[in-house]
Amino acid sequence: MLDLLNYDFMKYALVAILLVSPIFAILGTMIINNKMAFFSDIIGHSSLTGLAIGILLGLKEPLWAMIALAVLLALAVGLLKKITNSSSDTVLGVLFSFVTALGVVLLSSGGNFSRYSVYLIGDVVAVSGEQFTWLIIIFIITVFYWIIFGNRLLLIGINPLLAKSREVNVFLVEISFSILVAVIVVVSIRLVGILVINSLLILPAAAARNVAKNSAQYMRFSIIISIFSGLSGLLIAFYIGTAAGATIALVSAGIYVFTLVVKKWN
Amino acid sequence: MQEDNCKKFSLRVDDLGYSIGQNTILDKVNLKVACGELLAIVGPNGAGKTTLLKAILGELSYSGSVKSTINNLQNEKYRIGFVPQKLNIDLDIPITVMDFLLISISNFPLGFGVNALRKKQIIKALEQVAALHLIDRKIGQLSGGELQRVLLSAAITPLPDLLLLDEPVSGVDPDGLALFYKIVNGLRKDHHISIIIVTHDIAGIAAHADNMLLLNKTVVAHGKPEEVLANEKLMLTFGPNLWNVAAVVDFNKFNSKKEV
Repeated sequence: MLDLLNYDFMKYALVAILLVSPIFAILGTMIINNKMAFFSDIIGHSSLTGLAIGILLGLKEPLWAMIALAVLLALAVGLLKKITNSSSDTVLGVLFSFVTALGVVLLSSGGNFSRYSVYLIGDVVAVSGEQFTWLIIIFIITVFYWIIFGNRLLLIGINPLLAKSREVNVFLVEISFSILVAVIVVVSIRLVGILVINSLLILPAAAARNVAKNSAQYMRFSIIISIFSGLSGLLIAFYIGTAAGATIALVSAGIYVFTLVVKKWN
Repeated sequence: MQEDNCKKFSLRVDDLGYSIGQNTILDKVNLKVACGELLAIVGPNGAGKTTLLKAILGELSYSGSVKSTINNLQNEKYRIGFVPQKLNIDLDIPITVMDFLLISISNFPLGFGVNALRKKQIIKALEQVAALHLIDRKIGQLSGGELQRVLLSAAITPLPDLLLLDEPVSGVDPDGLALFYKIVNGLRKDHHISIIIVTHDIAGIAAHADNMLLLNKTVVAHGKPEEVLANEKLMLTFGPNLWNVAAVVDFNKFNSKKEV
């Protein structure tokens, strides 16, 4: 069991998972409360386009282009919501298709899309020192954001006009949350992959919601489930040689089904 | 209506207009709400009732003006309590009544416990609306009447100068309705809060409101409930069906009042 800690890359991977799991758990509950699951999925898929733009611009680190595009999209969706007073699934769906297709076209233009498949399925054991710095920074930002704006964001999720009547700056809180989600999703893409990142955000919170009796439990259960599936998924992936992100997502999905059964039982 | 502890709050809406593109939603709306007054806004669907509340909440960029007076000072900062028509939540979301009140009155993050003072404040707020027994229930699983009372308890904590209620009694059973009106009446008697209530329950509100405003993009009629209900324009606006309901229920009430 402990022999895997003899590998340095596994140590780093474990620490990376321990950092990213609680971030996803906290973010996931907020994303579900505010019905933003589709938005976070769009951001994940926009990374392809961001990556392509970064490569076209000849950037040494395409992450910056990915972040810039994701933040731009977050601003665009936020403004769209403010102007039209709704973020319709149709418009978001169009955006989703567009950023995904554009990314695939740009990246496949040289004929070797497979070179970028690491972005699709992620590679947590290849975590770099620079990514660690990013993870620690976003971990701290997420916790602070939750402490400072968590209540306001939840009130907006319950009813924006009600939040407004309590002098919450609805636009500012929503847009800052969108940007936070955008940055976190893009930074984590290399680790867990575009295909499953939204599952990792949504599943622990969704499972926690099935069994939590109040908001405090909701957050705690979500964090516990996220860390548990993160660690066990990583171990399973190591021993059977599968992609870690997807394996973690499968463990989360299993826990989700379990909580569903528990909920029906009670 | 103004008494000793009345902060003499009043609200004045002048020539308020709002349109989306070519579509006029509100046009030249004028109204006034005095301290401790209960104003009922009635009108057909799409008359702009909720839009008017949004304008008063400062959510829209409208033409015209919304002005407040407190102790003869114009446009002082005032507190609005708002009870929305419905919530955008999933039914099984784990937010309890306690959680909801906490996030309404405080920015202290959920999950770090509640201090005694705040808990006392929440218990008092729920007692005021006969909802203390609901404190650990999930808000998605309350009945229509229970939810409205919980929303009301948040809206009056701390006490506002102006209370806006958007269709608070739709989907509420008769017992719940009576209780809700009793609580709202108590609020204006005890605390002299000015209240604007948007409602379809014309029959029910007529017995409680000081004034009634019939809105259909603009003010069609404004006055004492019995005057507005006697107005022929009501029939034109609502159609004969609602007119019948209003006539049968209310005029009997008003007639019997006059006989006494």
